[in-house]
Amino acid sequence: MPTVLFRDRATTRTRVITTDPDPLSLIPHPLNMQGSISDQTQINIETVAHDSHHEAHPDHRIFGLIVFLVAEGMIFLGLFIAYLAFRSMAPEWPPAGTPKLELLLPGVNTVVLIASSLVIHQADTAIKKNDVKGLQLWFGLTALMGILFLGGQLYEYSHLEFGLRTNLFASTFYVLTGFHGLHVTVGVLLILSVLWRSMKSEHYGTNNHFGVEAAEIYWHFVDVIWIILFILLYLL
Amino acid sequence: MTAELIIPNEPKDDDVVIHHRTWKDYFTFSTDHKVIGIQYFVTGFIFYIIGGLLAEAIRTELATPDADLVDPSTYNSMFTMHGTIMIFLWIVPAGTGAFANYLLPLMIGARDMAFPKLNAVAFWIIPPTGLLLILSFFLGPAQAGWTSYPPLSLLTGKVGEGIWIMTLLLLGTSSILGGINFFTTILKMRVPSMSMMQMPLFCWAMLATSLLMLIATPVLAGALILLSFDLIAGTAFFNPVGGGEPVVYQHMFWFYSHPAVYIMVLPFFGVISEVIPVHCRKPIFGYGAIAYSSMVISFLGLIVWAHHMFTSGTPPWLRMFFMITTMVIAVPTGIKIFGWLATMWGGKITLNSPMLFAMGFISTFVIGGITGVMLAAVPFDIHVHDTYFVVAHLHYVLFGGSVFGIYTGIYHWFPKVTGRHINDTWGKIHFVLTYVGFNVTFLPMHVLGLQGMPRRIAMYAPEFQGLNQVCTYGSYVLAISTVPFLVNAIYCAYKGDKAGSNPWNALTLDWQTTSPPEIENFEVLPVLTTGPYDYGDTTEVEESPEVLTTTGG
Repeated sequence: MPTVLFRDRATTRTRVITTDPDPLSLIPHPLNMQGSISDQTQINIETVAHDSHHEAHPDHRIFGLIVFLVAEGMIFLGLFIAYLAFRSMAPEWPPAGTPKLELLLPGVNTVVLIASSLVIHQADTAIKKNDVKGLQLWFGLTALMGILFLGGQLYEYSHLEFGLRTNLFASTFYVLTGFHGLHVTVGVLLILSVLWRSMKSEHYGTNNHFGVEAAEIYWHFVDVIWIILFILLYLL
Repeated sequence: MTAELIIPNEPKDDDVVIHHRTWKDYFTFSTDHKVIGIQYFVTGFIFYIIGGLLAEAIRTELATPDADLVDPSTYNSMFTMHGTIMIFLWIVPAGTGAFANYLLPLMIGARDMAFPKLNAVAFWIIPPTGLLLILSFFLGPAQAGWTSYPPLSLLTGKVGEGIWIMTLLLLGTSSILGGINFFTTILKMRVPSMSMMQMPLFCWAMLATSLLMLIATPVLAGALILLSFDLIAGTAFFNPVGGGEPVVYQHMFWFYSHPAVYIMVLPFFGVISEVIPVHCRKPIFGYGAIAYSSMVISFLGLIVWAHHMFTSGTPPWLRMFFMITTMVIAVPTGIKIFGWLATMWGGKITLNSPMLFAMGFISTFVIGGITGVMLAAVPFDIHVHDTYFVVAHLHYVLFGGSVFGIYTGIYHWFPKVTGRHINDTWGKIHFVLTYVGFNVTFLPMHVLGLQGMPRRIAMYAPEFQGLNQVCTYGSYVLAISTVPFLVNAIYCAYKGDKAGSNPWNALTLDWQTTSPPEIENFEVLPVLTTGPYDYGDTTEVEESPEVLTTTGG
């Protein structure tokens, strides 16, 4: 009876796996289709095992966040493509009688948001040098710029001459910018919660600043989405 | 032959304490992937029973041409609920939630998922959301089918429709969170000695599935956000009355819901790829081909959606594109099917319950796949669109595929999860009842569809009554078939014969630990000594201290 024996260095216990005494598998035969798997037999043993019941759970949060943002980006992509579809199907866009969008305020807003992406990066640089004061300064500034952006958007909403239900363009305008505004709000809350946590001494440091990084990545994401949104809604 | 298997992780009497779960653990916010996997499965199965009872009510109604059991609008909400529950609360949670959660970390030698808390959050969204959906049944339920096409969905059952949208947004969130976890776990948490090409094929299938969950599900969320504005705020994105475009909703909906078919069936392609080599004692035929075909299906699955919309005024050139991509998807699917058949060819097949269900899966899924290629052809699709042919096709894929896949997995991993054998005789009885009941229920629907019986209506022309009654009797057999399974599974989970760690002599890492696996899965992290499917490898090696690996090609 053919058997395969393994000696496992990690445990030094003998491992015996009994395999089938199948005569077919002994001879190379066209019906015995094992060839495709032959690579699999080249696996080397590595002894990774230690008495390792207490190792820390590996930290893949940044990777997970980026995967999440890809999914989040797909919602926006879906909405953007829906917007383009509505636009391409309409005989006239924006529909006749829609007041023209003012460019100055949203232009300033765009500059503020893009600038805030540069500002928040300074915080990342600071905390990598273990400079918590710098982190707080730059994060505080970013939060202010975010709030400024949101205020600007609310001001714009209140002065527009069309409402949510005026026509298809108006509806897409409010839903797209509103959904983005919701993300900016979440971003500001994330930044503020990082600020709150940074009050605790030693909470963030050179080697321990996931919260800072995550808030920054999220903020850049919100920024990129806005640039696309701005081009789609205001410039095109 | 004697199968002696001494495993490094087998506990000695005194040196390892095994922590056993108690039933209370399953009602907590546990972060253990094995607890969460079982939570997903049991929750899903409860919803399966609810959705199944709805299906029986639908079939009973359809036993006669008149709407005599329920009135037509109740019938509408019943098939809406049936579809929604079966897809979003049974097959998706059972396939991705239960199997992937339980098996992925075990198969790749990890102690848990990459984000255990997120995992628990993803699960605990489901039970309250499911209850909410069922509650909506009593508050003026949605009647627009599981597709919820506007403008119909904006006109009927508004309260239920609102709840339906909220339910789907929540379940979609749960699904995305799960997808993040699976994707990260597969890519980042493998034991150091395991490369991508040494992963069990279930992991490949889940990698492809998680990509679809991450890319497609958010687009559905986008569509539902717009639909909810139409429903609640009175906008007109999809309402032609206000200048909106209902076809845009259909595009967004199917951009998710066609890949959703693959989200529901790819995990079971993985399950079948695990089960067949073990019970045929042969290496899987074409590991690389099966692994990559999952990824190809995942990619192609994203560019076929408009084949659901051949009658929605889709322009001819677009129809042609989607017809071709849809037909091309049969190629990677066929690669898998032939891979499994070639694995079985010349193998030592054990006809036990998991193998029977796996073979049932292949046979019924092939029928569903072939009718799928038929439906991809534009002229044929226009002819049978919205008839029972489509109903037959989708049930061959989702029941003949997914549910058979679930049962395959349950019978295969039952000893792993419970540490006990499930009774094989009763498993076979379950299989025969399911297989016969399934085919008697759904095979005649092909004929009904070709004869022109439309779907989604409570009343039909009297000449269809004969075949409809056959379907109804079949569905009763199908309902009864669940009873021996439930009794068998519950009884054997407590009183079954002890199975030992590895009753199937399987080689994948999930079998290289105790059954049920201890908390954190492995006493010491496992090392790869063989490929996942090196069965029937007969290289004989003398025992010597120098020999570490004995697998020769």
